[in-house]
Amino acid sequence: MTGPGATRDDGPVLLELAAAAVLDGVDLTVAAGEVVGLVGESGCGKSSLGRAAVGLEPLAAGSARFLGEPVTTIGRGARPGRLRRLQMVFQDPYSSLNPRRTVGDLVADGVTLGGGSRAEGRTRAAALLERVGLPASATAAYPHEFSGGQRQRIAIARTLAADPLCIVADEPISALDASAQATVANLLSGLVRDGGIGLLLISHDLSVVRQVADRVAVMYLGRVVEVGTTEQVWSRPQHPYTQALVAAIPRPDGGGVLPADLPGDVPDPADPPSGCRFHPRCPIAEDRCRTTDPRPEPVAGREVACLVRAAPSARADA
Amino acid sequence: MSAGSVQAAAGTTPDVTGVTGVARAPWRSPLAVVGVTIIAGWLVLAAVAPWVAPSDPLAQDAAILQAPSGAHWFGTDELGRDVLSRVLHGARISLPLAFVLVAASTLIGSVVGAVAGFFGRWVDSVAMRLADLVFAFPGIILALAIAAALGPQLRNAVIAVVIVSWPGYARLVRSLVLAARTSQYVVSSRLLGASGLRTLFVDVRPNIAGPVLVMSALDIGNAVLLLSGLSFLGLGAQPPTPEWGAMVAAGSQNFDRWWVGLFPGLAILTVVLAFNFVGDTLRDVLDPRTARALRE
Amino acid sequence: MEPLLRVEDLRVDLPTRRGLRPAVDGLSFDVAEGEIVGIAGESGSGKTMTAMTLLGLLPHGARTSGSARFDGRELLSLPRRQLRDLRGRQIAMVSQDPSTALHPILPVGTQVTEHMRHHLGLSKSAARAEAVDLLATVRIPDPERALGAYPGQFSGGMRQRIAIAVALAARPRLLLADEPTTALDVTVQAGILRLLDRLRRERGLAVLVITHDLGVMSAVADRVAVMYAGRLAESGPRAEVLARPRHPYTRGLLDALPHPEAADDPARVALRPIPGSPPSLGEVPAGCPFHPRCAFAVPACATDRPEPLPVTAGHLLACPPDPLHRTGAAPADEEAPA
Repeated sequence: MTGPGATRDDGPVLLELAAAAVLDGVDLTVAAGEVVGLVGESGCGKSSLGRAAVGLEPLAAGSARFLGEPVTTIGRGARPGRLRRLQMVFQDPYSSLNPRRTVGDLVADGVTLGGGSRAEGRTRAAALLERVGLPASATAAYPHEFSGGQRQRIAIARTLAADPLCIVADEPISALDASAQATVANLLSGLVRDGGIGLLLISHDLSVVRQVADRVAVMYLGRVVEVGTTEQVWSRPQHPYTQALVAAIPRPDGGGVLPADLPGDVPDPADPPSGCRFHPRCPIAEDRCRTTDPRPEPVAGREVACLVRAAPSARADA
Repeated sequence: MSAGSVQAAAGTTPDVTGVTGVARAPWRSPLAVVGVTIIAGWLVLAAVAPWVAPSDPLAQDAAILQAPSGAHWFGTDELGRDVLSRVLHGARISLPLAFVLVAASTLIGSVVGAVAGFFGRWVDSVAMRLADLVFAFPGIILALAIAAALGPQLRNAVIAVVIVSWPGYARLVRSLVLAARTSQYVVSSRLLGASGLRTLFVDVRPNIAGPVLVMSALDIGNAVLLLSGLSFLGLGAQPPTPEWGAMVAAGSQNFDRWWVGLFPGLAILTVVLAFNFVGDTLRDVLDPRTARALRE
Repeated sequence: MEPLLRVEDLRVDLPTRRGLRPAVDGLSFDVAEGEIVGIAGESGSGKTMTAMTLLGLLPHGARTSGSARFDGRELLSLPRRQLRDLRGRQIAMVSQDPSTALHPILPVGTQVTEHMRHHLGLSKSAARAEAVDLLATVRIPDPERALGAYPGQFSGGMRQRIAIAVALAARPRLLLADEPTTALDVTVQAGILRLLDRLRRERGLAVLVITHDLGVMSAVADRVAVMYAGRLAESGPRAEVLARPRHPYTRGLLDALPHPEAADDPARVALRPIPGSPPSLGEVPAGCPFHPRCAFAVPACATDRPEPLPVTAGHLLACPPDPLHRTGAAPADEEAPA
């Protein structure tokens, strides 16, 4: 029941995404104790998919299911209680915490909104803050008294108060300083490894995702083009876009190697190219790529949406 | 270079919009000190007027239109009443009415604005068209028309001013609610199971209280001015009420007797200026960009 | 011959609530023609202030000392007018956010040719021809048409290319690039880095790249300076500093990064953050500013200010406990203390 390239089949599937963005036949799933990375560059639609996964916006087509039941889009009333265990961590820890409320109140929300008492909330908040590496005395302080990395940890403690089974994290570390990035990334992966939470980690930074994710889905212009285990995608990428993405990451090894360039720009998502959406920038595009929209096919142990990779033409073989 | 990096490099806390900032900082600005002192002075005078005023504000027992002298510091008016006593008693009318008026406008405007911003759609459209209707006329002219239609009476003047001033609050609160509704901290509360209404009270309200407070403080001066203006034109306080605007009107009838109009005019001027000083300072303090400069 | 830019013992004091506090303290480096030098550090390390000093754009009340010579002229004492001329003509700047560098309602062509006509005295048609060349150089497709378009019509990566074209319009000799690719996607970043590399090779452009991204640094910079709390921690040739870092802070920065070399490590070792956080301006600890966060600190680190000393040719290190500090190889003379 887990998606392609699954490395773990021990955890139950928590989140299933069968959106139009995720190609027909590929269900993007997140299982307990698993980190799934969703990678792509700006405008590829990864954030919309993440927001739709928790019900913040409707899916254009397809469905999002949590614990087997559909994720309803949030309205004016309170979110159904069963969805409380599906939470989200946002990119900007400066805007995701109310500046006028104390850290203790903010974290306790997760308890009180679930029906817990205020006293329970206070005790829980102190414990959760310690769990994310902050002193329990932080409860009395206001968010502006903390650094970006600390705020992001407070935001994580806040979602943890709702006892989540699955967390969607949208660029949770890209707004932070280098050392704070490592702390928050470690905290998130620790929650998954020790707490059995499922994590959908959305990021533009493949090198970070590589470090924490078990499986990676790569998105380009509203489509998932490759899904596989992290090692498969990082070390032996198959889709030409994934290859370009991996090659463009500069290595901090002092080697002085210029990263490979991917010519051209991402086309307007409202008016995507015909056929394979990547073909205008693709170094291995053939005539058929202009007309045929590729379906995901198993290639080298993972799913890849590329005509050329799935069935190399006679010419390419020659 | 981004502003953020300068701030980081300068080692200052970027956010000083906390409650403590509001409570402390105004005292450091000279304008605010002057404003608060003047307002406090007028409030004290209004409270003790019956005991400190040299005579009854309505008593016509002196010679008319006497220039200021030892017996009548501010002179006497066209009916032989002591101008000083009337100015002091005037504070008992203008100041409380201005507060009541602004409180009413703030309350009505905030509720309408919050409802419009929260429910959106047709509720929003109806509320905002209503506000537009009021905005379509110059405030003083509309207040004049309403006061005239209701009949020249101080109470009606107050109602007229409330009618012209609530839409400003409604618009402000609506825009703040709209902005806050989509902010990430509200969204994250929603994900934790808070209803839209709860976030409005718990998350949104504390964040819009500051700007509304500033607007109210700035508006008290305006309210004093509008009320006095209506009285000046004969649509507010009626004789013999010692109201400042009405007194200025009397002064304009006796142009060569400067003291009749000057002293109530100065009273209006000082009160309006004082509230503007305080309002401006509050605005600066609540705006994080200027708050930093103020504290340094 | 002296390099194009020589900064020696630069100190910049910024006004704070508690008086002047050093944002940059005792910084020295060179940038030669055709060379790319990188300054690395976290936010608040003083790297952006260094660029602002060179441009004469420090906040009001700031004070500078030391020396920053550009083409033999002392920038720190240059009159405001001359500095402004130099800034437009010979020293150009590219910042992180291209949207602030470009005027939103002027066509791209006007923004590129304006500098050429003003600083180079080119005729309208000559400037236009050169602008087309320049846009082609930064690889804007269909440069003729791009001249008439507005910045809003381009994507972020294209806007950054256009901002670079505008910066290069007056044929500057030194480009200050402050986090030039931080806001961009990696594939777009790769294009910009390749562009910078080509410009220095083809035009002899000197580039000072300021970034927190050691990957970017490793890709383009010939020499690297690592700053911490306004001071120089370590500087030297790229391969020396990044492949054989000696300062605990440089090592910490590198360790905190996801390491591509460990890609096939199935255990996926956790990232190793540097404990603590950098000091804010005015709260820089005594002695070595890094000592409270340093795993190798000795008692002397809390009291003695470390001076950058050469450990190998051109490699400066400000870390007395390091065995090579002071006792290292004698400095080579051609690569003068950078």
